[in-house]
Amino acid sequence: MKSITVFFIAIFIANISIAQTIEVCSTCPVSTLKEAITQSKDFDTIIVEKGSYKEHAIVVDKPLTIIGKNYPVIDGEKKGEIITITADNVTVDGLFIINVGTSYTEDYAAIRVKNSKNFVIQNLVLEKLFFGIYIEKSRNGKVYHNKIIGDAVEEYNSGNGIQLWYSKNVEIEHNYVEHVRDGIYLEFSDDCLIKNNISTLNVRYGLHFMFSNDDTYQDNTFENNGAGVAVMFSKRIKMYNNLFKENWGTASYGMLLKEINDAEIIGNIFEDNTIGINIEGSNRINYRHNSFSNNGWAIKVKGACYANNFTENNFLYNSFDIAYNSNVNDNVFDKNYWSNYTGYDLDKNGIGDVPYRPVKLFSYIVNRTPETIILLRSMFIDIIDFSEKVSPVFTPDNLLDKNPQIKRITW
Amino acid sequence: MLKILRYSFFDLMRSRWSYVYFAFYLLLGVILLFLNNDLSKAVITLMNVIIVLVPLIGTIFGVMYYYNSQEFTELLLAQPIKRASIFLGQYLGVALSLSMSLILGLGIPFVFYGLFESSAVWDFSLLLITGVFLTLIFTALAFNIALSNENKIKGFGYAILLWLFLAVIYDGLFLMTLILFEDYPLDKLSLFGTMLNPIDLSRTLILLKLDISALLGYTGAVFKQFFGTSFGLIVSFFMLTVWVILPVGRIINKSKKKDF
Repeated sequence: MKSITVFFIAIFIANISIAQTIEVCSTCPVSTLKEAITQSKDFDTIIVEKGSYKEHAIVVDKPLTIIGKNYPVIDGEKKGEIITITADNVTVDGLFIINVGTSYTEDYAAIRVKNSKNFVIQNLVLEKLFFGIYIEKSRNGKVYHNKIIGDAVEEYNSGNGIQLWYSKNVEIEHNYVEHVRDGIYLEFSDDCLIKNNISTLNVRYGLHFMFSNDDTYQDNTFENNGAGVAVMFSKRIKMYNNLFKENWGTASYGMLLKEINDAEIIGNIFEDNTIGINIEGSNRINYRHNSFSNNGWAIKVKGACYANNFTENNFLYNSFDIAYNSNVNDNVFDKNYWSNYTGYDLDKNGIGDVPYRPVKLFSYIVNRTPETIILLRSMFIDIIDFSEKVSPVFTPDNLLDKNPQIKRITW
Repeated sequence: MLKILRYSFFDLMRSRWSYVYFAFYLLLGVILLFLNNDLSKAVITLMNVIIVLVPLIGTIFGVMYYYNSQEFTELLLAQPIKRASIFLGQYLGVALSLSMSLILGLGIPFVFYGLFESSAVWDFSLLLITGVFLTLIFTALAFNIALSNENKIKGFGYAILLWLFLAVIYDGLFLMTLILFEDYPLDKLSLFGTMLNPIDLSRTLILLKLDISALLGYTGAVFKQFFGTSFGLIVSFFMLTVWVILPVGRIINKSKKKDF
């Protein structure tokens, strides 16, 4: 057994020692990336010098390292897919890829990773694209420091920035995505980490989960998207310390949760969104240490949401804190700070002596007749809100925060 | 006219009420800032105060001033002065002194608190502008009421009723209408209804600044155009100006024909 291991190690070292470097430039013996790949052996390094290369349908079928120097341009001339990786252990670094073909039948991508393990895709710049980085049935990869700038206008004829499909253990960090359909899209992808990315100005969602479980996303910024993040039909997603900002419009959310169970939403900031979080059919979610400021609706609960916990969040100057469309409630609101709280604290323990009712009658009316939003902050509305507060009829009467904080919570 | 304006203005400046009014706003501003420590929240609270209190004080003060200075007015009428300039002078005297109390009373504490370095400066100036507009409108309406009613009690009654109607009852009726006709497209109606009430109009103007993210949640092309662009701001200001011009016009007309 031992000798076999030694033998393999020997082969491995031999492999490395004979691994060579192939240079690609317009005046070199090898002038295209495709040619370089056919000439190369496993574990070679291909260095692409600065210049413009009009190539598409490049297939990387060996474990290679492809490095671009000073961002060489790979121009696909809108003819189709540009780079397809089918081997394990491939690294692609520092290329400038433009002009991916658009198709209504096939998802052409700037880079597609297919059935591969241990891939690294980093420092790429993608422009004029359909799909950006498309990872299918792959695992243990890294996608770092890429910049993806699309020009999507409509949903039906645009692609996603970074898409994962049936992949596992992929780390997506420090990427910048703008003007595509979904900034980052995960479908049937588990155990992925999405960290420190910026996703902005996208037509649909900044980040989109479908049927993906046990993923974590943290420290990302989602600004000015059709909707910030849509998390749908997924379990055990962890959402930490993200920023959701200025997602404005009639169907715009900071975060959209649909059929989500057992998630954790901690330390996020929701600012200036039409709806901070829109919740539908989601159970057993912990919301803690989030800050909702200046949103139209901080949280809109659409029904079939049970056993959710909202504790120690800050609700600051939202037009509506919570909206419910029914008068049944099974969720717990406790120890939050509500800037609209008007109670007092006589025993000075930092907790208001009167419970706070976050759902106002007016939010119920607006739900029914949306045009009435124009009466927001009218004195008449204050009067009817007050009477509802005294004796709840339309809003759930057990929906109250029994320990509203007097001071803004810091963490 | 300028002479009468100046006379009314200084007369009011000397009177106790202006000081009370000024002191009230000063106190309000100081207390709000002291309790809140947050300019933008203070601006929201102030908005609620301004759109309710400014019209009330404007109407009461206008009616009161007219009835109090009735004898002096009759004395002036005996002089060779145009009637329009007498009444306009008095009206502007009242409206300007009220506006000044408002601007100084609220402005001073906020400026000391560091308004110019904060982002709330535009919200705050919008607040003051709407406050001034509301003063102009409601003082003019008060003068109209006083001109049409010799009986002081009746005049005061109508003035308070007018305020109550525009500040509270109108919104109630408006809300009922919207809910009753909820099956129809209502966005035009709701904007139109807002235009007909100066208090609602100024409220909308402030909503444009404070709650724009909520307002954009409603699906309606007209709404979107109104709230999403500067169109809403321009139309609102235009309508407020119309709301000043119409009652002032009626003051001039009425005063020409009235027997004293």
